[in-house]
Amino acid sequence: MNYLYYPGCSLTASAREYDLATRALMTAVGANLTEIDDWTCCGASAAAPISQLLSLSLSARNLALAEQTAPDGQVLVPCSACYLNLKKAHEALRSDAERRATINEALAAVNLTATGSIRVRHLLDVLAVDIGAARLAPLVTRSLSGLTVAPYYGCQCLRPYPEFDDPERPVSMEPLIEATGALVHVWEMGGRCCGASLVSTQPDAGLGRVCTILKAAKGADLIATVCPMCQMNLDAWQASASRMAGENLAITVVYLPQLLGLAMGLDSDELGLDLNLAILDGFREKIKP
Amino acid sequence: MQPHSATGSPTPDDGSTALDHVRNMVSACIQCGTCTGSCPNALEMDLTPRKMWRLVILERLADVMASRTFILCSACYTCTLRCPRGLPLTTAMETLKGIAFTRREARHRNSRLFYEKFMQTVRHHGRLHEMAFMTGYFTAMKNPLTPLRFAPLGMKLMGKGKVEMGFGKSAATHLDALFDKVAEIERAAAAPLEKESHA
Repeated sequence: MNYLYYPGCSLTASAREYDLATRALMTAVGANLTEIDDWTCCGASAAAPISQLLSLSLSARNLALAEQTAPDGQVLVPCSACYLNLKKAHEALRSDAERRATINEALAAVNLTATGSIRVRHLLDVLAVDIGAARLAPLVTRSLSGLTVAPYYGCQCLRPYPEFDDPERPVSMEPLIEATGALVHVWEMGGRCCGASLVSTQPDAGLGRVCTILKAAKGADLIATVCPMCQMNLDAWQASASRMAGENLAITVVYLPQLLGLAMGLDSDELGLDLNLAILDGFREKIKP
Repeated sequence: MQPHSATGSPTPDDGSTALDHVRNMVSACIQCGTCTGSCPNALEMDLTPRKMWRLVILERLADVMASRTFILCSACYTCTLRCPRGLPLTTAMETLKGIAFTRREARHRNSRLFYEKFMQTVRHHGRLHEMAFMTGYFTAMKNPLTPLRFAPLGMKLMGKGKVEMGFGKSAATHLDALFDKVAEIERAAAAPLEKESHA
């Protein structure tokens, strides 16, 4: 299994542990990641309102670089926002000749061309479909039995492109969590919005979304995420959300590859666990080697 | 709600042409309200998404621009997924943000600065350079209280070494040529590139 790897900006800074865990886990399952050389920002959610063409061109620049390495390759993207931007660029390049021409006109300014031949895959898609619980289960050396995990999918890996899961009632994480020996927390919030950047820019609205999710996670020992924005909203803003809700909403929040890596006996340093902002003592006890 | 006569007298380049573009996206709206019922942020909005589409169709640009509804869209795509008419509603909200920024609407100044400073950082550094971005944003806001809201989180992240300070980790690939070319293409084209796929 070979993948071109697009970490995206968050994974070089606020979500470094997501990058560490993704690389460690993929190595442990025998997959080979090649980081796209000289990748740049996908435009995040800021480019599109300013210019749709700019947003598409920024993402297409990365796809063009990936095509140079492996024209029929697949790009693995752990960040849901990056995934959606790259996916939109892929769809535009692949399905719309006029837009492909316009994007390439822009890319010519940086001496690149993109055809749309590269498939864009979210990390969860790869974990659930290419690797799967059956391949993962035999690799589990440290059972997480006794823990209940709330699978949190967020939005943009599910919508608007229903690639690998039900966009309303996602389930793709469940077999993976069960393979670790842990139980799945049954809830309705897995695919509901965390508030995204509103948590920073419009806290009165954004924090309300965080409160709703954290309240619904009561009963679980931890939340597993697959997006740096979701992770940040659910862990870094936990204290503010607790103040808003008037109750203690503290809960451990980890990235899915961290959880799977722990179950496979990978070292917690290798998985960047000391970088997480919400790891409760009970969870730390549970995962002691 | 203001009467129609209060929407002002638009000049050709003040956003009414751009609004036409959004109007085309939502013109098949049947006002069923599925978008509003699906929106996680609807309760905080001064206009529900359904009402927003109605105003767009009626070309009430001033009323649309006076609303914070599109700023409160967190791009969860639930409305886009569920819309029985298959309308690209998330993209429509996104485009309304763009119109408000182009018009430099005073009401949406903070949001505009956030987006503009973000893209400026990407233009100069290739990747999001958090220190440069936040410094630029706080300076542009000209409000000494803004940084305070972010300070506790900033300190927490810096303590963990999770802020990109720009000490050589960034790729430092300037994207000026790409940004300039896109601007040139857009100036030349009458209608901006737009479409949201319903895969």
